[in-house]
Amino acid sequence: MAELTYREAVAAGIAQEMERDERVVFLGEDVAAAGGVFKTTVGLLEKFGPCRVRDTPISEQAIVGAAMGAAMTGLRPIAEIMFSDFFGVSWDMIANEIAKARYMCAGQLALPLVIRTANGSGSRFGAQHSQSVENWVMAVPGLKVVAPSNPADVKGLLAAAVRDPDPVIFFEHKGLYATKGEVPDGEHVDRLGTAKVLRQGSDVTIVALAAMVPRALQAAQRLEKEGISATVVDLRSLVPLDTKTLLVETKKTGRLYTVEENPRLCGWGAEIASIVAEEAFYDLDGPIVRITTPHVPLPAADELEDNTVPTVERIVETVRRTAG
Amino acid sequence: MASDDIDRSTRLALYRSQIEIRLLEKRAYELFLQNLIKGTSHLSLGQEAVAAGFAVAMRPDDYTYCTYRGHSHTLARGAPMLGVLGELMGRRCGLMGGKGGSMHLTSVAHGVMGSYAIVGAHLPVAAGAAWSAQLRGSGQVSLCFFGDGTCNIGAFHEALNFAAVWKLPVIFVCENNQYMEYTPIRSVTAVEHPAADRAAAYGLERIVVDGNDADAVYRKARESIDKARGGGGPSLIEAMTYRTSGHSRADPAKYRPPGELEEWTKRDPIALYRARLLELGFEESELRAMDSAVQRAVDEATEGAKASPTPPLEVIDKDVWADGGSSWRN
Ligand SMILES: Cc1ncc(C[n+]2csc(CCOP(=O)(O)OP(=O)(O)O)c2C)c(N)n1
Ligand SMILES: [Mg+2]
Repeated sequence: MAELTYREAVAAGIAQEMERDERVVFLGEDVAAAGGVFKTTVGLLEKFGPCRVRDTPISEQAIVGAAMGAAMTGLRPIAEIMFSDFFGVSWDMIANEIAKARYMCAGQLALPLVIRTANGSGSRFGAQHSQSVENWVMAVPGLKVVAPSNPADVKGLLAAAVRDPDPVIFFEHKGLYATKGEVPDGEHVDRLGTAKVLRQGSDVTIVALAAMVPRALQAAQRLEKEGISATVVDLRSLVPLDTKTLLVETKKTGRLYTVEENPRLCGWGAEIASIVAEEAFYDLDGPIVRITTPHVPLPAADELEDNTVPTVERIVETVRRTAG
Repeated sequence: MASDDIDRSTRLALYRSQIEIRLLEKRAYELFLQNLIKGTSHLSLGQEAVAAGFAVAMRPDDYTYCTYRGHSHTLARGAPMLGVLGELMGRRCGLMGGKGGSMHLTSVAHGVMGSYAIVGAHLPVAAGAAWSAQLRGSGQVSLCFFGDGTCNIGAFHEALNFAAVWKLPVIFVCENNQYMEYTPIRSVTAVEHPAADRAAAYGLERIVVDGNDADAVYRKARESIDKARGGGGPSLIEAMTYRTSGHSRADPAKYRPPGELEEWTKRDPIALYRARLLELGFEESELRAMDSAVQRAVDEATEGAKASPTPPLEVIDKDVWADGGSSWRN
């Protein structure tokens, strides 16, 4: 085991796959010579050369569209969209083209590609560089959606995404880039569509994603001291969704909480709440509670941003108030 | 026989391809009026020389990317008439078994990598396929067809610049049929030639070709394809043409100024080409035999498609993912 930062795990994951498979190529803005605006791709240009690691113009449609064209003709591209907010300018490519191509042509085309992007808040960048847009993508049939919470998962899930035969949207959390964690040595490949139980409790089940995972874990520790024992599930993947783990872990405690960074309406937790209500209603001991960013654009100032996205304090307070 | 640069069999191929498109699309229009083709369909009547001229110049493994107005390009690459008509009619025998419809014809086996219905979307995709060919060293060229109106959408600019900077083996072909839907292109475009007048912005040569002359198109196609295959980078070609049908479905095209359709009909690409072939010494009987053979093929495809069952409902849940299914949970 080596200790890596979340951002180093990104480069390690890409490098592992580029070394293994020469069809894997990587493109995006400032990703090659500069190593990425978040320094997530440092060293890749030097290792794999300018044919496979390419800087692009500021052309989000062309970046994603080119990845699509390359994927359907034999390559396995990884495209970087610098900030997930910029999905807005490449949305036609993502939602109308990539997501639908295989279905419309009855399987004649394959699109093994990954779109990596920096998602989420914590950098005081304001409403157009801080959004959590995983629920935008989750709403479109034909896209797989992954959002790791720690360096080991970054490397393992990124490798799995590259090897997957379908388009995968890979959300890195920019608030986690500096965090550290143990990453297995040697080749590390995880499985898409699998949630992980990080902590087993007996009173409540808290389901979280990406940067909300460490917050849920901290909240669980504090709740423990107050006599509330919490299970914490790291969802890791929205599509495919590991409903088995969700249902099993919810039934064990009878109480379900989701911690979501996306704004309230149609956030991923709403889908989970609906599945659990339909399929585990009689195992519930109380209402499902969603802890989300309110339905507002994100403000920039420290105090405002910090108090908009779910905090450890808000998770603890909500569970304490409702779990009784 | 003509002693110029285009040989006899190529000329026959150009003629045949145009006739195939014309007769099949006329049939599609009839079927539409009979309500056997639902939804929408965008015909290329009057524009056949562009599709034929390029397709005949392509290598079988080159890529075609086209728009909703793509029956012509799909047929020109050799996709079966039965599959095309069947797809238009929503039948099991359709190229995509009825899942795509008229605007999304795809036949990967014939190099037709998709018909795209969001204006401009396929330009970056075609560039990506060219990038892949470049990296794999396959020598394949990517051909991308679109309309005059498409030159005004952002994806056009992104793709052209991207392809030029990376020197990709891709050819962007603007079929300037004078209209974007119902609006004359001149009234919404800052320059006279929406594609060619912008070529300089991407460091590309300004190329305008007579899109109703299959030979002229074929020559430009050869030139640009050879250049791309040889590592010379992309081209942007504007082919001047006119669609003599409506934009889509039963569009009566009331927006045409008086006399315009008549003027262009005089320059009908197939009539022009037929006259040229006769002038060059081809036999009337030979051409007539080809016309009849194509008409028979269209009739057979029509009967075949009519006889084909509707798609099985199981396909609704198929082919979202590579495993053949559509499951999003365990
Ligand atoms: C992004 C987008 N905007 C608008 C439309 C509606 N639309 C379909 S075809 C068309 C006209 C396109 O004109 P042109 O590029 O000249 O192609 P043509 O139809 O003449 O072949 C329009 C506006 C669309 N499909 N996609
Ligand atoms: Mg037009």
